[in-house]
Amino acid sequence: MNREHLLKALAKGVRYDGRKLDEYRPIKVEKDVSHSAEGSARVTIGKTDVIVGVKMGCEKPYSDTPEEGNLMVNVELLPLSGDRHEPGPPTEEGIELSRVTDRGIRESKSIDVKNLCVEKGELVWNVMVDACTVNDDGGMFDAIGLGSMAALQNAKFPELEDGVVNYDKKSDKGIPIDRDPLPVTVYKVGPHLFVDPTIQEQQFADSRLTISVTRENTVVALQKGGPGPLTPQDVDTMVGIALKKAPELRKAL
Amino acid sequence: MSYTKRFDGRQFEELRKMEAKVGVVPSAQGSAMFKIGNTVAIAAIRGPREVRPRFMQDPTQGLLRCHYNMMPFSGHGDRVRPGGGRRSKEISMIMEKALRPVINLSDFPNAMIEVHVELPQTDAGTRCAGITAAAIALAHAGYEMKDLVASVALGKVGNQIVADVNYDEEAYEGEGGSTDIPLAIVPSTGEVTLLQLDGEVTQEELKKIIELGTKVAGDIFKVQQQALKESFKETA
Repeated sequence: MNREHLLKALAKGVRYDGRKLDEYRPIKVEKDVSHSAEGSARVTIGKTDVIVGVKMGCEKPYSDTPEEGNLMVNVELLPLSGDRHEPGPPTEEGIELSRVTDRGIRESKSIDVKNLCVEKGELVWNVMVDACTVNDDGGMFDAIGLGSMAALQNAKFPELEDGVVNYDKKSDKGIPIDRDPLPVTVYKVGPHLFVDPTIQEQQFADSRLTISVTRENTVVALQKGGPGPLTPQDVDTMVGIALKKAPELRKAL
Repeated sequence: MSYTKRFDGRQFEELRKMEAKVGVVPSAQGSAMFKIGNTVAIAAIRGPREVRPRFMQDPTQGLLRCHYNMMPFSGHGDRVRPGGGRRSKEISMIMEKALRPVINLSDFPNAMIEVHVELPQTDAGTRCAGITAAAIALAHAGYEMKDLVASVALGKVGNQIVADVNYDEEAYEGEGGSTDIPLAIVPSTGEVTLLQLDGEVTQEELKKIIELGTKVAGDIFKVQQQALKESFKETA
């Protein structure tokens, strides 16, 4: 398979696995997959497989934000999940995935960090979301975004006893989530736009745009990636595709 | 108070419920999931690939390299910081030693086979579950092996010898405390390829512990074999 080959196929409106250009592989979300985590979810999109876990800790807040807890999203591109991913410090690819996922959730104000305050200036919750890739067959931005939201929805606060967390006891209180934006990444190769690439399709793409879409059909985060440029017309079409596909992903939540 | 009844109600020689599945990481040469109680290990085999740094290349045979890692949310309590530390380095190393004796890598001079073990949830016995999963994954990848390796953590809780300790037993603070003995056995020969101990036992007790470990390793071996057999059924 090479780029020319991919272009030819896309020109006919067909993908290697027979899908249409704007068609996702089967999406599955399974919640509560790790008893060690306060919340967790496993997302598979075709053969792409990712486990997301939420850990909560209680700490003193930062002095400039005494009433705010902390939310952090991190992605681990595990060497287990693909030949490209080697052991060692995070790569550019891993850091971009982490930051884009983090912004999609944090900057969209999905979670009001003031709701994570236990005692002003003394004690706040830290919510740490870690997405770990199990099998990388492309389309990680969307799988991780979906998995992070599912894991957050699944999370329950552990019991707090005299300011100390008792991880053996989960309360029935979930994290208040105000909105559930989900990322849809549209890829471009030659003149063609398509979603949910397999790992082969992904490596030949010229550019991509990750678009985080809310239930209200607004855009809350964008990230343009890949070496190729996009025209304003491309951006408009890509956003249109994202607005159309996001409800499909949301159905799997 | 001595330890007369196990926290989770098991018999002293009883293992937790086991489950194994092959092919859980489709992009790898071989892979397997092994679950024992609430401890889950996923292993994937990648390679052969060139050994780096190059001075570590062996022109007579391939190298086996293991990477053990707990997912950040898989610990008991606080988040485990990614990146690994001294603990995961050591466990990776002892996993290599536990698996190396059963695998023939003479066909892979200058190359290495990598074993990646990840834990999405844990309840003690993680290195043992990792070795058990890795052995299945190596067989699934089709490397020449003379046997599998079955691994389990034995324990002495109070004065009682038990098989497959869980977190509560590992943390037992009653009289006699808790001794943790991770063990790996080559089922066909009874050879020991992993043996560690943290705690205190007599020579006589250690003998009993290894005997018990060898016995229950047979039960783990059956689960490993079954998972491999099923993987062939699927492709048939």
